[in-house]
Amino acid sequence: MDISTSGKASTLNSTTPTAKIADTHFSPDNLPDEPVVTIQPNKAWSVVELSDLWAFRELLYFLIWRDVKVRYKQTGLGVAWAILQPLLTMLIFTLFFGRLAGVPSDNIPYPIFAYAGLLPWTFFANAISNSGNSLVGSANLITKVYFPRMIIPGAAVAAGLVDFAIAFVIMVLLMIYYGVMITWSVLLFPVLVLLTTLLALGVGMWLSALNVKYRDVRFALPFLIQLWMFLSPVIYPASFLPLKLRWLLSLNPMTGIIEGYRSSLFGRPFNWTALTLSAAVTLGLLIYSSYAFRRMERTFADII
Amino acid sequence: MRPIVRAESVSKEYAIGAREAVYDTLRESIVEAMRAPLQKLRRRNGERHRETIWALREVSFEIAPGEVLGIIGANGAGKSTLLKVLSRITEPTAGRAELYGRVASLLEVGTGFHPELTGRENIYLNGAILGMRRAEIERKFDEIVAFAELEKFLDTPVKRYSSGMYMRLAFAVASHLEPEILVIDEVLAVGDASFQKKCLGKMGEVARQGRTVMFVSHNMTAIRSLCSRALWLDKGTIVEEGAAETVATNYLRTTFSTLNQRAWDDPLTAPGNDKVKLHRACVRPADSALQLDAISVRTPFVIEFECWNLVPGACLNLSLVLYNDEGVALFNTGPTNEPVWHGKPFPAGLFRSQCYVPGDLMNEGTHRVQLHVVQDQSVVVFRADDVLVFDIIDSAELRTAWYGKVIGAVRPSLQWRTEMVDAAGERS
Repeated sequence: MDISTSGKASTLNSTTPTAKIADTHFSPDNLPDEPVVTIQPNKAWSVVELSDLWAFRELLYFLIWRDVKVRYKQTGLGVAWAILQPLLTMLIFTLFFGRLAGVPSDNIPYPIFAYAGLLPWTFFANAISNSGNSLVGSANLITKVYFPRMIIPGAAVAAGLVDFAIAFVIMVLLMIYYGVMITWSVLLFPVLVLLTTLLALGVGMWLSALNVKYRDVRFALPFLIQLWMFLSPVIYPASFLPLKLRWLLSLNPMTGIIEGYRSSLFGRPFNWTALTLSAAVTLGLLIYSSYAFRRMERTFADII
Repeated sequence: MRPIVRAESVSKEYAIGAREAVYDTLRESIVEAMRAPLQKLRRRNGERHRETIWALREVSFEIAPGEVLGIIGANGAGKSTLLKVLSRITEPTAGRAELYGRVASLLEVGTGFHPELTGRENIYLNGAILGMRRAEIERKFDEIVAFAELEKFLDTPVKRYSSGMYMRLAFAVASHLEPEILVIDEVLAVGDASFQKKCLGKMGEVARQGRTVMFVSHNMTAIRSLCSRALWLDKGTIVEEGAAETVATNYLRTTFSTLNQRAWDDPLTAPGNDKVKLHRACVRPADSALQLDAISVRTPFVIEFECWNLVPGACLNLSLVLYNDEGVALFNTGPTNEPVWHGKPFPAGLFRSQCYVPGDLMNEGTHRVQLHVVQDQSVVVFRADDVLVFDIIDSAELRTAWYGKVIGAVRPSLQWRTEMVDAAGERS
């Protein structure tokens, strides 16, 4: 057994072991007039209580921090996994789709074209997969402590941003290697990241709540993600499809987003219609899923 | 004084099985949906009901600020559900509760501990989960570490901790919570003796600071000494509410008298066979003045049986086996030194046998009596399992600072002697 001792900890010995609770400003004679908490059965319609979420923002931070910290513990390669996953996928796609199948890539070198698609896709796929399973994986918390439950799928999505940032470094290196010049379009990049995050949150939150009741979600998820990837322009450009079918593809919010990433990184003109549509679908999904989440939330502790 | 907690007709209904691992699957839902028209028909006929139970039913009470309220009751009485409702983990089906202060609930020690994270990291994580602010955790960090006595292992992942170390760390974090209302579920049932003592000391401290505490426990000694008031729940409703001492005593007396006394008046339906029939069985304190009192570890008590002997001339004797709640047979006893009837043939008729068990012998807990009726000291003609089930409670007067159960199947009071052999510890 390996038990490490830190030098810093030993200095703590000097503190007196008699623990004393610091005085609080709370006095029993001075009760608030209004209840701090009122507990009653919720009405059918309950809005997202933003003040409640705000009060628990530190918990959100700690859960993200935990997810990030734990993810690569006891792995040999550690954080390198965040790079390997999109990088290896890119190499395989380049070989099979770029070289052998000759999939067009809008006159951008296929490796960098594919990586620019895989970068947001990998984030999105991992985010919905992790957040979809997050509530079920946190049953011990849900049955023992109160906090706004949305924090759990939210933290799972946000933790993916760290991997995204690491994988983005490779994107930059690839762009330098292929001599891609950045343009003002890159300013839209953070907006696209936000949009991807919100979409992942909308989908992930809904799936996580559904997963509490229907454990089928866990099995359907990998399949869904795979299918969704082929319906998104990750390995092929949107222009690959005949014009007649292209509008159908843009109903998928990831279409506008992934194409947006490419436009932003490679200085291509944006497809504003597709992007607006993506944003609208994302917003709609987010509203619906937070409503559905709030509705299902009430029974989480009883059925999880 | 205005109450800090006010519960009005709080009720919670559970669909039976919903609390257990019964997950819907999509397939089931689809099948259900297709059968729905049929179901509606059935429901109209009143045949099909969704089976539900009321874990809490119209529970109303108030807690004054600074009060320590103990909640007692048998398993399934609704104690934990009440705590879960008040700590907002689950919603009540009906009713309302108002809390005039911040609540922290401690339904489990170490909620959200992550095995891969170090002790230091888990202090922060667990603190945040229990509702502490980061600045608050930082301020109390050294105190928490000192309380847990884990200075050396702060940077070790908690998965390498022993269970005792794990508990100490978890309780250290939890005990530094500073909510106005603290909700605690049976956390004292864990840990070793010195740890329990520390926890209880800490709880007493919390109570003295004027915090309001709700505390569920099966440990009546702890309830009696820590709580000012107690609430006794049974099947989701309040049976009694009042001074902790009184409620705890009444609870023990009522709950455990169920199989203290049994009687069968009609020989035809009484347990037994064509050789012997049982008429009465009871357990009671040996001192008749204490008839109604619970049996404590100090009380001498009598186990009494009345049987009809149906075969004239049979040479019968009773043999009792006492089991504790872990199913361990504590001893087997028979009337081998009984002066009058032992070894003699019994005429047909009703016989009473009493077994006297001295005080300061048994440990606390539920005990079960198994009865054997033996003929000619070798053939068991009748056997009755769990013919009596009774509880022996802890005696508060024996306690100093230790509230946990004394280990061991029995708890005899033995003679001790201590003397000084040599001064200054030098061996010659």
